[in-house]
Parts: sequence; C-alpha cells; structure tokens
Amino acid sequence: MGRPAIAKKQPTVDMTAMCDVAFLLLSFFILATKLKPQESVTIATPSSVSKQEAPSKDLVVISINPAGKVFFSVQEAEKKKAMIEDAAKLANVNLSPDEVDKLTKQSMIAVPFAQLKQQAAMNDKEIGDKLPGIDVQDSAHNEMRTWLRAANDAYFGTKMNLLIKGDNVAKYPQFREVIDALKANELFQFQLVTNPEAVPTGTLLWESENERKK
Amino acid sequence: MADVDLGSDDGKKGPGVKKAKKLSTRVDLTPMVDLGFLLLTFFVFSSTLSQPASLHLTMPDDRTDTPDDANQAKASGALTILLGKDHSVFFYEGEPSPTGATWKESSMADIRSEIVRKKQSTPADDFVVVIMPGDNSVYSDVVAILDEMKISLVDRYALVNIDDVDKKILASKEH
Repeated sequence: MGRPAIAKKQPTVDMTAMCDVAFLLLSFFILATKLKPQESVTIATPSSVSKQEAPSKDLVVISINPAGKVFFSVQEAEKKKAMIEDAAKLANVNLSPDEVDKLTKQSMIAVPFAQLKQQAAMNDKEIGDKLPGIDVQDSAHNEMRTWLRAANDAYFGTKMNLLIKGDNVAKYPQFREVIDALKANELFQFQLVTNPEAVPTGTLLWESENERKK
Repeated sequence: MADVDLGSDDGKKGPGVKKAKKLSTRVDLTPMVDLGFLLLTFFVFSSTLSQPASLHLTMPDDRTDTPDDANQAKASGALTILLGKDHSVFFYEGEPSPTGATWKESSMADIRSEIVRKKQSTPADDFVVVIMPGDNSVYSDVVAILDEMKISLVDRYALVNIDDVDKKILASKEH
C-alpha cells in the first residue's frame, strides 16, 4: 500500500509581524507615557463621581498624609521662591539667600517655621513622611495661614489652582484647619483630589445623565 | 526558537553528489519580540493610567456676621448630617435638639436614601444639607458625603464646624 509520503516541512512561525506589533505598541506607550513623578509622601486619595480632571498647571498643593501631617508644595519655582521669602519675613525667620534657593529646589515645605532652617540643610531624599509637617494644631497655631498668605501674594493677579490632596484615613480636624486657613485668606474656591469612580446606578445623578444622553 | 527542528530532509541525493551547504538567511526574531514585550510591559505599568479627578468645593465667606436673608434656610428644610468615629453617620431634620432626641443613626450606605427622601418631601427652596464632621471622622468620610451631594443633586449644602452641644451628643452616641 503506497501511502503518500508526508512532506517534511519545517513549521516555522514568522516572528516578523509579531515583532512589528510589539514595537509599534512599545513606541506608542513610550510616547504617550508620562512617568509617575516620584512622590515623597504617599497619599491614597478617596474616590468621587467627579469627572473633572485635576489641573496640572499652576498647582499649589496642600497634602494631608495618613497621620494628619500637612505638607505644602508649589509647582512654579519663581512663585515658590517669592512665597518662601515672603513667608519667612511674615514669620520672622531669617533665611539667607542660599537657604531660600535650597528650599525652592526641594519638593515641599514639610516643617514648622521654627525648623525651616534645618529643612534647608537637608537633601531632597530626606524630605518626606518623617518630617513633622506644617504646624496646624488649632486656630491659634495655624502656620498654613501664613503660607497661604505668602502664596496668595506670590500669585497675585495670576491663576492659582489650589488642590487639597488628603489621605483616606487622615482625621478631619487637620482638614478643617486647612480650610480655615484658606478661608482666612479669602481663598474660597479649591479642589479636592479624588480618584474617578462610576456613578452608582439608580441615583438622581445617574438618571439626569441618562436623560441628557437621550 | 520559532522553528521546530524536524531533522534535515537532505540525504536523498545519490552517492557522490556533494551537497552544497545551504546557509539559512532567516533571522530568528523571537528574542527581539521578547525584548519588545518586556519593554512594553514596563511602560504600561509605569505610565499613569488615570489622571486623578478633582472635586470642586466652594466655601461661603462666613467671617462677616451679616445674615444674608437669601442664604437663610428654613430650619424645617434642613437635613443635618453628622460624621462620627469609624465611619458612623448620624442625621437629624430641622432644628437641632439640645438632647439629641431627634437624632437618627444611619450609615454611609443608607444615607443616600435619607437624602433623597428629605429632598423629595421638602420644597426645593427650603432644602439644605448641613454637613458637620466630628473630630473623630476621617477625610474620606467627608469626601464621601460631599460626593453624595453630587450623586443626589443637592445644590445647597454647607460644610459647617460642629458646635459644642452637638459635639457632646455625638461623643455619647459614638461607640
């Protein structure tokens, strides 16, 4: 019985197409990626149904970490420098120009005024959760007011996006003091950083959104 | 790697025929694909997947003591929500009571139905929600309640500091 001989072929998979796809996706992600900025203080923000994207320009961020420590950061170096000089003057802290420069280069203000000089001497890696944070014990000792007053002066006439970035488990009193400080400086509009979440079905917002779609 | 070697199929030539060595010009692309996907995974994971959202909050200017008639809500239309320890939620309708007799306990999950019920049973002009977070409440609770205002389309709400009477009642009700 002559069975036809099965031709021995080498089953080759051509990898070229696969390679093309991989590198196409790779180049897309490289170009589209914004690398996560290194955060010296880790904060898990709560979620909300708000769809508005958080701004990324002209940021003035007040962070409240899980332990309730308050940190303050300003994005633009020029404004930050003016703010630090102003705040130091208001709080009667004598900073040399060199110290002001160093503080401007650091990612955030993380100490009470009394220790500002020590922070200026630190390198950027030391700035983080371990520092005591800005003093906001109660309305009598609220250094956030001074900082915000200085920030307000530095941003005079220009837009400032005030963000409060609080951690889920941060206690309310610190948040209240931060709001008090904002109010005291006539800053009544600010934004809370949240993670986007879906609108629960059946709620009034959900219904109104569905109606709009129709 | 991508080819499976099934042995060479030469050797069928007759004796004396010298086989010319065929050099394959094919380049094995498998490692290249591996590398591509490796880098791809790295960039997928390290990229910021979702831009954080932000919740707008506008605080009233309450430093001046001039009562603005337009902002004065009728007490009967007010729903006061108090936040306590361990995500506990209390609420009362209308005037505050000095003893806390009108207080009811709720939870983060149930408060939505209370807000909607109160909203539907009060004239729209009178309805206002007052949020009073206690000293033991956490930031996420405050944001969750502010979020509830958005979810239930409450236009008028206020974040108010808790007063001493309510603070005492809250402390007695917190477990």
